[in-house]
Amino acid sequence: MSVITIERKVLEKNDEVARQNRELFDDNGIFVLNMVSSPGAGKTSILERTLEEIREKLRIAVIEGDVQTDLDARRVAKYNVPVVQIVTRGSCHLEANLVQEALGSLKMDNIDLLIIENVGNLVCPSNYDLGEAMKVVVASTTEGDDKPLKYPAMFRNASVLIINKIDLLPYLPCDLATLKDNAMKINPSLKVFEISCTTKQGITSWCEWLLENARQKPAS
Amino acid sequence: MHELSIAQSIVDIVGQYVPPAEQERVRKITVRIGAMAGVVPDSLEFCFTAVIHHTPLAEAVMEIEHVPFTVSCHSCNSTSETEPGLALCPLCGSVDTKVKSGTELQVVSIDVDEALTGAP
Repeated sequence: MSVITIERKVLEKNDEVARQNRELFDDNGIFVLNMVSSPGAGKTSILERTLEEIREKLRIAVIEGDVQTDLDARRVAKYNVPVVQIVTRGSCHLEANLVQEALGSLKMDNIDLLIIENVGNLVCPSNYDLGEAMKVVVASTTEGDDKPLKYPAMFRNASVLIINKIDLLPYLPCDLATLKDNAMKINPSLKVFEISCTTKQGITSWCEWLLENARQKPAS
Repeated sequence: MHELSIAQSIVDIVGQYVPPAEQERVRKITVRIGAMAGVVPDSLEFCFTAVIHHTPLAEAVMEIEHVPFTVSCHSCNSTSETEPGLALCPLCGSVDTKVKSGTELQVVSIDVDEALTGAP
């Protein structure tokens, strides 16, 4: 028996395409976020509120990832920003090559901020680098305060945590302090925003952070 | 739920080292999986058998090297195994830690039956 030593990452193909994406984003000075959460946490609603607030101040484009339908892309298109829908047809996450293909439909030299809304799933997307500057994980109060402990990889790999639906806290057995505490046990460097897409509480400070970060990224 | 595509990626990587005509000789593929790699080993093994079914690799087995999740602590200068994902140092409770291991997802090696092969 002979042994061929390989020692290679299983997802190296994805990582290589992600590297190419990142290079393209850097060349064009685009700040890119990969937005992840479980289904129904409010990613698309956050996008809508964000677009309402800052689409006049930044050139924003959106890539929507869904297992089926272009419903989300239609919601976003109402805000008159370039949007590309990726339909994964069953796959539970976006991969770098799908994003690379989608970029072909966008004018890269005309974007300051690109938001990629991943497929609603707190497990699989954490493995796949898309070339983003950072991952933004959304946890909603209706999901309970133990989500970070149950899905640590996603919270570990994210840089920003948006806690959504805080207007519902009075009606839920979800403790905001416990939720944040659990997130900090997984990833103490998380930047946290508490928001409600219904009352718009917290949307402004999230958008200010976005503006600041997107403007800091000049084309190289 | 992405174990199927991961199993396919593993088979693709094997294909870069052993051409299809030689793949009947592959006996074992060793894969390293960290406790926080986001991969369910049982599911991966099941998907692997599905992917190699009716291919020259059909006789190959997958061996999994499990890697525990460990963090190194900057406060007490220790490295310890902890619950996957938790940033807390289990010894001193500090969150000033760095992941040392547990996120691996690698193809380590391929065992090829020499009796049947002219390959290395």
